[in-house]
Amino acid sequence: MDYANSLYLTGPEVFLSVSGLILTLLAAWGGRPSARYTTILAVAALFGAGALTAQFLINDAYSLGGDAFGGLYRMDAFGSMAKLLIYAAAIGCLIVTPRFFDKGTEYRPEYPLLVVFAAVGMGMMVSAADLMTLYIGLEMSSLASYVLASFARSDGRSAEAGLKYFVLGALASGILLYGISLVYGFAGSTSYPAIRAAFDGGLGTGAMFGIVFVLAGLAFKISAVPFHMWTPDVYEGAPTPVTTFFATAPKVAAIAMTARISLDAFGNQVDVWRQIVIFAALASILVGALGAIGQSNVKRLLAYSSINNVGFILIGLAAGTAAGTSAMLVYLAIYVAMSLGSFVAVLMMRDAAGNQVESIADMAGLSRTNPMLALCLAAMMLSLAGIPPLFGFWGKFVVFQAAVEADLVVLAAIGIAASVIGAFYYLKIVKIMYFDEPAEVVTGKSDLSHWAVLAICAIVVSPLGYLATKPLGVLADRAAAALVFAG
Amino acid sequence: MIQTLAFYLFAVLVIASGTFTILARNPVHSVLWLIVAFFNGAGLMVLLGAEFIAMLLVIVYVGAVAVLFLFVVMMLNIDFAELRAGFMKNFPIGIAIALLLLAELVLGIGAYRAGAMVLGTPDGTAAAAADTSNIASIGAVLYSKYLFLFEAAGLVLLVAMIGAIVLTHRERASGPHRGHQDIGKQVRRRPQDATVNARPDVGKGISL
Repeated sequence: MDYANSLYLTGPEVFLSVSGLILTLLAAWGGRPSARYTTILAVAALFGAGALTAQFLINDAYSLGGDAFGGLYRMDAFGSMAKLLIYAAAIGCLIVTPRFFDKGTEYRPEYPLLVVFAAVGMGMMVSAADLMTLYIGLEMSSLASYVLASFARSDGRSAEAGLKYFVLGALASGILLYGISLVYGFAGSTSYPAIRAAFDGGLGTGAMFGIVFVLAGLAFKISAVPFHMWTPDVYEGAPTPVTTFFATAPKVAAIAMTARISLDAFGNQVDVWRQIVIFAALASILVGALGAIGQSNVKRLLAYSSINNVGFILIGLAAGTAAGTSAMLVYLAIYVAMSLGSFVAVLMMRDAAGNQVESIADMAGLSRTNPMLALCLAAMMLSLAGIPPLFGFWGKFVVFQAAVEADLVVLAAIGIAASVIGAFYYLKIVKIMYFDEPAEVVTGKSDLSHWAVLAICAIVVSPLGYLATKPLGVLADRAAAALVFAG
Repeated sequence: MIQTLAFYLFAVLVIASGTFTILARNPVHSVLWLIVAFFNGAGLMVLLGAEFIAMLLVIVYVGAVAVLFLFVVMMLNIDFAELRAGFMKNFPIGIAIALLLLAELVLGIGAYRAGAMVLGTPDGTAAAAADTSNIASIGAVLYSKYLFLFEAAGLVLLVAMIGAIVLTHRERASGPHRGHQDIGKQVRRRPQDATVNARPDVGKGISL
């Protein structure tokens, strides 16, 4: 085995792990006061890992990457693109966090550490070319996430969110492991290419059960219906910066991982998993759209919105083609910007005493009390609804286009119909902010770091984002080509 | 001959200690019987030639899990009379589940006797090398072929440890010096800093 090459290919993970270990020591020595500079160093480490991984996406010659450690890990343009999105989301989350916690004194240096280790695990997930790498990466990111969810120890809701996430996540891991054991038993190997070869001829009942269980476990991690029940509770209870993180980075990682395992390991059995993915996509779109209507807490509403968006992303996967995968990645990139922006806008809403405002009713008349915030939030909402001048429309457009090209016209039609239902509650928020009598609740000031992240997201989501369609499409095509034809 | 003897010894003890585990009235005794069962199970594994699993049983189950059970049983003040109070109420459900399990057992044995079922085509599974012990073979791949995963698993444990500390560690109630001992300061302190030689006049006190 060529260790030098393996270390080069796993560079982002190795770099992040070593940085994480050094930060652990700094945090242990520095104690609570070191939280601020630990956060800054963690952001720097994530930028460094991004620089190490970017070449596989930007340079076409490296886009097919290579296998590290005897095929346990594969670095290619697909993994690189997913990782860049993950790191960007983690950086956004870290930038907004310290100022959020300033009110209480709950912020501690372990927070950036856990985010860095979660990013290591997610990097392993998206680059896994073996079921064991997948599982260990998943556990690493999940364990860090459980702790992050209950990070605000004095808040009962945060503890509840952490416990719910932990118990249900452990159940999902069990389901996934059971599926993995069946797949291993019937394929005789845990490596994706070997599984693909073993399932070439056809599937026995047992192997099919294995695939179903693996997909069920993964559906849990991306909170696709019918495994979505934990999402609103966890998103509502976790501290808002953590929710920002949950709605972006782990989603990207789990979806990219699902795409790789479906198209690579189970690439010869598209018909078997396609019906599962189609069902999950349709159910997620419908439940996400209908479930959000009755919500009065904006974080719960955004949780349903993320379930809804996962449905659209899965439509791209259901197409099972390079175009579909590329569309999925474009949607994911836009989704990260929209989701990051809307949660940051939510965490900027504070009352005069500096407490969080989460009730939708309290947002009434925000356009008059805080016009910039209202404008940004309205842009995020309209973009999530997929209304044309905003960039969110482009993601929906490419996904539906890929579905139609793959002869999934019915799926695309139902998706479009459901996105009209979904538009209702996004528009309701805009209406409450702009046309209702001001509730005068959201009066607190926001920090510059929050404004900076929100401004970047708003620029991406605004019509200016269309300038990026060409390069984004090229990169997504390259990433999809590395995935679909690599197996 | 000696193997047969050992097998029956371990097997009988496993079943006996398993029975005592559920029959013991005191839960602490139950856990102790469970430990005996684990040890004898490990003995059975050794007889099968799976010495690695035998060691795992002793180290992980006896060393960690059973001790954890003991701690939990001793620290949680469980009222056992209350636990048994609902016995008659839940009895029908218990019987139903027992019958279900019995039916599954009968079905399973019946299906087994009818012949093996082929579910798929497992092949390509690596055969164990005949001349090395399984600890040596696991070690040989764990630190070479699966080095990446081994290190990553270590990182997972580190994350779990950080998580446990984040969630449970409470800083002491902070006073200026409460509970804090500065050994360096103690050692640096010299006798002449702490003691004063005074020669008070007769009949007069001393003012400090």
